[in-house]
Amino acid sequence: MSHIDSALAKGSIDLFNLGKAYRRYPTRWARLREWIQPGKVRHELQWVLRAMNLHVPPGQAVGVIGRNGAGKSTLLKMMTGTSTPTEGSARLHGRVAALLELGMGFHPDFTGRQNAWMAAQLLGLAGHEIEQAMPGIEAFAEIGHYMDEPVRTYSSGMQVRLAFSVATAVRPDVLIVDEALAVGDVYFQHKCFSRIRDFRQEGMTLMFVSHDPGAIKSLCDRAVLLDGGRIVADDVPDQVLDLYNALVAERENRGFEASPAPVGQRHVGVRSGDGRASLLEVNLHNALGPARVFQVGDPLFLRIRLCKNAELTDLTAGFLIRDRLGNDVFGTNTWHVRAEGLADVWPGTTAELYWQIPELNLGPGSYTISVALHGDMTHVENSYDWWDKAALFEVVRGAEPLFEGVCRLQNVSASVTHVTLKGEKVTA
Amino acid sequence: MHLKQMGRRWANSLPLPGVVRDVWRFRAFILGSVRRDIEAQFRGSLLGAAWLFIQPLAMILVYTLIFSNVMGSRLAGVSSMYGYSVYLCAGLLTWNFFSESLGRLQGVFVNNSNLLKKAAFPRICLPLIALGGATFNFLVIFGLFFLFLFSSGNFPGWAVVGILPALAVQLLLTLGLGMLTATMNVFFRDVGQLVNMGLLFLFWLTPIVYPVTVLPEWARAWIWINPLAVLTHHYQHIFLHGSLPDRPAWLALGAVTLVAMALTLLGWRVYKVRAPEMADEL
Repeated sequence: MSHIDSALAKGSIDLFNLGKAYRRYPTRWARLREWIQPGKVRHELQWVLRAMNLHVPPGQAVGVIGRNGAGKSTLLKMMTGTSTPTEGSARLHGRVAALLELGMGFHPDFTGRQNAWMAAQLLGLAGHEIEQAMPGIEAFAEIGHYMDEPVRTYSSGMQVRLAFSVATAVRPDVLIVDEALAVGDVYFQHKCFSRIRDFRQEGMTLMFVSHDPGAIKSLCDRAVLLDGGRIVADDVPDQVLDLYNALVAERENRGFEASPAPVGQRHVGVRSGDGRASLLEVNLHNALGPARVFQVGDPLFLRIRLCKNAELTDLTAGFLIRDRLGNDVFGTNTWHVRAEGLADVWPGTTAELYWQIPELNLGPGSYTISVALHGDMTHVENSYDWWDKAALFEVVRGAEPLFEGVCRLQNVSASVTHVTLKGEKVTA
Repeated sequence: MHLKQMGRRWANSLPLPGVVRDVWRFRAFILGSVRRDIEAQFRGSLLGAAWLFIQPLAMILVYTLIFSNVMGSRLAGVSSMYGYSVYLCAGLLTWNFFSESLGRLQGVFVNNSNLLKKAAFPRICLPLIALGGATFNFLVIFGLFFLFLFSSGNFPGWAVVGILPALAVQLLLTLGLGMLTATMNVFFRDVGQLVNMGLLFLFWLTPIVYPVTVLPEWARAWIWINPLAVLTHHYQHIFLHGSLPDRPAWLALGAVTLVAMALTLLGWRVYKVRAPEMADEL
């Protein structure tokens, strides 16, 4: 019942068995022959996307990730209606605004203002609405006098500025953004993100394709991983991005296995690596023994048991603490801290590594620790064993003064000068 | 059974009423785009909108000089000193309307590929925008022609309303051919070249700059299988003689109407069937 309700609600997205295939003809003449003799099929279908089912309730923000050619752009094109599905259907409810790649199909000879009008009309805005929105569009785009210059004189960043301003001039029910914002400068990206966040608070649904994990993590509450034209993962962004990283590493590193963690056991994260060294056990301790909850400023000991399975000249062990949203909080490895000894471990034997964090100055909240054994500084190049979210811990308040955020900066104080205290007479 | 199915398929691909609703919903975009196209025509030129007149005036001047004076061709039964000019304008201006419209229409999907790939809207808007721009140009130049007729005392009087049905048929014919060629052009770019070549042949196969009487006897009957010749004759008769054409001419116009309707139906059907593939090919 609730599914039906939300399917009808403004801002919901429903993909039913969606698929797209391009027709491949051996020659151009074959296509003509097929047109003239409709009975005979002379093409073969090349599927780029198939059997895609997805329900997005109103107000959800879904990040779409995947390698190049995974079908992300095709998916978004079908959702916006610029490309027709070969099978199945994509249903979007409410007003949809889309930013596909560069611009919104701007005409190079028309001015920015004319193009903005045209794009707004195509979004289905009425004349008086556009009239009203135009000052806002101009102000948000911040392209100055270029507004009245032909679009062909624009830089790609300026085109995106204008396109985003128009697309979001009036809050759509669904906003679709395909990698477009990557072109803009950081300042404008931040502006866009904050507008998207504002709209999301008002209930806008977002479909967002990006190669930037940070953007997905901070904007989306769900992520979908596409590979080979199919959805291979659909979960919280953190989880899906780990799997995506594993997929990317797979290309670099053959003989590597990645499997998603069992549902419900989020702390047992994605494992990947070629196995020339492996992680056996990852434990967290406080001063007294094994622990899962720490007070701000407590010591934290990370005990890692590992096994070297092959002759390795370089072995580095690293860890990375991430917050609840998947933001990287702190990470380092034995190479950075110049810890010796790992390279000397005899192949076939196990070893224990003790990380000591004397003061865990993190803000209250839950965190994960990912642990990796790798060759060089970059684990993608030579990953032996990489264990995402190997351990989970909770930080709770201690005796320290209240503070906000994930990081407790040290020695923060305040002093007050040049004031007259209340009740004290000002003397000449 | 099979016929019935085919009939239903044809009926389903008929443009009404979904397309009417789409066009109405996007009327602001269509009208706005027509206006922008008109403005864009003259942007960056010194003479601006004057080019709208200079081009056809030059054409009329050249043909009048060559055919009327140099070649000394005279129109039978017309004594006015402007006779040939009127004859020429009546055919040439309407021909230009046809060829400009078709020229715009055949490239309408190919040239707007950027927009087609980025924005979702009823694709039918694009041919209408192209047709709108050409119609505007035609109205301006035709208005000028009317001024000339008034000032030279050659205005045909009430018979001039007789051009309206012919213009309507011409528009239908243009739209049908335009939809057909515009869609095919996406998949076979040869179509764009073929259209331009075809227009060149058709121009000389239509009695526009020459009177039918210069043709040999055997060719005069055949010339009427060209729909444009029928339409042109209709205009020429009204403007030159100030009276409505005779019965056979109206019958011929009726036949052209059927051809235009058939072409529009075919053009619409090809467009409708191929539209889903179109964005993939651009």
